[in-house]
Amino acid sequence: MNGLDLPLIAVVVIAVAVLLYVLLDGFDLGVGILFPLARSPGDRDLMMTAIAPYWDGNETWLVLGGGGLFALFPGAYAILMPAFYLPLMGMLLALILRGVAFEFRLHGRRRGKRLWTIAFAAGSIGAAFAQGLVLGGFVQGVKVTNGAFAGGPFDWATPYSLLTALGLVAGYALLGATWLMIKTDEGLHGDARRWTGAAVVAVVALLAAVSLATLGVDPRVAARWGLTGGAIDMTHLAPRLAIPALGGVGLALIFVGLRRGSHVLPFAGALVVFLSGYLGLGTSFFPAIVPYDVGFREAANTPGALAFVLIGVVVMLPLILGYTAFVYWLFRGKVASDAGSH
Amino acid sequence: MEAILLSRLQFAFTIAFHIIFPSFTIGLASYLAVLEGLWLATKREAFQRLYVFWLKIFALSFGMGVVTGVVMSYEFGTNWSVFSRFVAPVIGPMLAFEVLTAFFLESSFLGVMLWGWKRVGPGLHFTATCLVAIGTLISAVWIIAANSFMQTPAGFALGPDGRLVATSWIAAIFNPSFPERFAHMVLAAYLVTALAVGAASAFILLKNRDQAESRLALRMAIGMFAVIAPLQLLVGDYAGKHIRADQPSKLAAIEAFWDTKARQAFHIVAWPDRKIAGNRFDVSIPKLGSLITAGDANATVTGLKAFAPEDRPPVFIVFWAFRVMVGLGLAMIGLGLWGAWLIFRGGPERSRLFLRAAVLMGPAGFVAVIAGWTVAEVGRQPWVIWRVMRTAAAVSPVGAHQVSASLLGFLVVYAIVFAAGVLYILRLMAQGPAAQALAEPADRAPGSPMGFAPPEP
Repeated sequence: MNGLDLPLIAVVVIAVAVLLYVLLDGFDLGVGILFPLARSPGDRDLMMTAIAPYWDGNETWLVLGGGGLFALFPGAYAILMPAFYLPLMGMLLALILRGVAFEFRLHGRRRGKRLWTIAFAAGSIGAAFAQGLVLGGFVQGVKVTNGAFAGGPFDWATPYSLLTALGLVAGYALLGATWLMIKTDEGLHGDARRWTGAAVVAVVALLAAVSLATLGVDPRVAARWGLTGGAIDMTHLAPRLAIPALGGVGLALIFVGLRRGSHVLPFAGALVVFLSGYLGLGTSFFPAIVPYDVGFREAANTPGALAFVLIGVVVMLPLILGYTAFVYWLFRGKVASDAGSH
Repeated sequence: MEAILLSRLQFAFTIAFHIIFPSFTIGLASYLAVLEGLWLATKREAFQRLYVFWLKIFALSFGMGVVTGVVMSYEFGTNWSVFSRFVAPVIGPMLAFEVLTAFFLESSFLGVMLWGWKRVGPGLHFTATCLVAIGTLISAVWIIAANSFMQTPAGFALGPDGRLVATSWIAAIFNPSFPERFAHMVLAAYLVTALAVGAASAFILLKNRDQAESRLALRMAIGMFAVIAPLQLLVGDYAGKHIRADQPSKLAAIEAFWDTKARQAFHIVAWPDRKIAGNRFDVSIPKLGSLITAGDANATVTGLKAFAPEDRPPVFIVFWAFRVMVGLGLAMIGLGLWGAWLIFRGGPERSRLFLRAAVLMGPAGFVAVIAGWTVAEVGRQPWVIWRVMRTAAAVSPVGAHQVSASLLGFLVVYAIVFAAGVLYILRLMAQGPAAQALAEPADRAPGSPMGFAPPEP
């Protein structure tokens, strides 16, 4: 492994794992966020069926994000987990309630089924909101002394994190609605289309607000984007303009898809919008892994541990992506038309 | 209360709750693979009905295991960040490998197992079942390796930056206590499942002694008790002999030995008390303690007074948890011998007393697993990593109020989830395999979400 920049490879691995988590669990959390809008119990069953074979695999990326951060960047793991103690615990509890609801809803009788329907919706919204709070608290920066968290229990609770939380809920709802457009037809598909339209408006507004607010959270972020003391430094700004442009491409895909009646394009567009938001936030603080004082190199695990894990990643990740793709391919197609046959 | 005590309570509660489900699903996944394999090989419908029936219970349990397991991968950092930072160069990769080699495999093919019935052929479906079963075992390898490193650390050194550093991955993963602890856990999981299958079958047979699937399943379960329970006793005894050498203060706590001496008595019951550094009372058999722990009635066995008071584990909990585990283990052996004798004599379903005993023993595996883990973890105290790091030094810089809030949240949410989960599982068990299979509408595939669903009200 000599000559390879192991910490850099490791940070790419973590970044990809987190991105895949957000995109994949994003759509199934999003379906849960949209649950209260469903017209009938039958529609809710279809919505559940549209994500049931995938949610467990999707959530495993969250375990890889946590376990991977522990294994690759323990210096960051040991700071970030205590720093976001309360929102993380809230997220875990919400994920438990919505996760068991997949099975429990099928076994509950009248009252039980209603209870787990509520738990699924509330848990999905709660988990998305808590993740948004963690995201906002993370981007705004974490107080660190001697490699340990040194802030207070509510440092993350700011107007900015509230904004990112709302933004993430809206974003997941967009992913969920566009996913349902792929997986359903007839009445529910029409609803999903309308939900997509509403979600995309909310996403545009909140994404713009988060983008502007992010420039204000720390002067170092503004400097990254070439905005210092009222002046504009095009050498910093120009290359980064590709990121909002990518977001624009994503939005255009969604609009074109909606206008042309495409079932797949809006979801693809939503993925591109998420990618642009992810890159936009990432480029604001990278190479810090705990904004803004701890770089990824100083947070990295020992070279031996990095090398060992990365060998595992090189061997296992293609296999994982392969059988994940197989599962998505296996359950392709509309759920409405063949709900009885799988 | 202090944050450290609250964090310990929270970790003990969340991990004890979590381990219930993997213990059950490790065994159940293997059982399902056997059932589906037998069905494909013999085409006997009974195997298919049993498979469909236990698949539903597996799906419920697996879901609870997944969501309570996600908690664990974050709790190391939220509550034990100093430990995490210190030990990550050795344990971090083991947990990452668990995700990479087991969790993705299980979660992906679980989807095929549950919802893919009509989308794949029987061969591919069987493959999915086998892959999930293998995934559960791979997962056990990594988590037992990580925990065993905390019991008997090996293959490491203290790095220049104050963290551990791995010097040999083979030595760290296959550390001295790993082999027997892995075997002990997998056998425990198989016993947990066998006892649950036996109890559910016996419950049905008490109502209808001729129910074919339940008769078959009860015989399979008895076979497991009769073979696995005695084997487990041997593995446990082997592990105990190593504990005497590797973790002498744990062994002394297990047996409530205070003085180091030859010909230790075996305490059947005792009230050990750290305050008086002795047992307030005990009922004992002379010399048997040395014979059991060292294999020689005249052997000298170390007592707790050989360790400084601050280095002694909580004796009362360890002593009694061990007796609960072993007591239940002996009862399992008894149940196995009794059942085997009844099979030989013409049928266990003809003895209502045996069927009642089998129902009563249904939860015994779960209790024994939690008791056993209590022995392992409390017996390791005051160390989080044996003689390398103290538990008191491992805790995160989070306040007691935050931990109180999260502990309360876990208590409430887990109580709801546990109550509902147990209700749904018991309801299925009460219906039994025949009722399940016959109630399945023909146009709904077994294992499909709609196949489980009651008709819309």
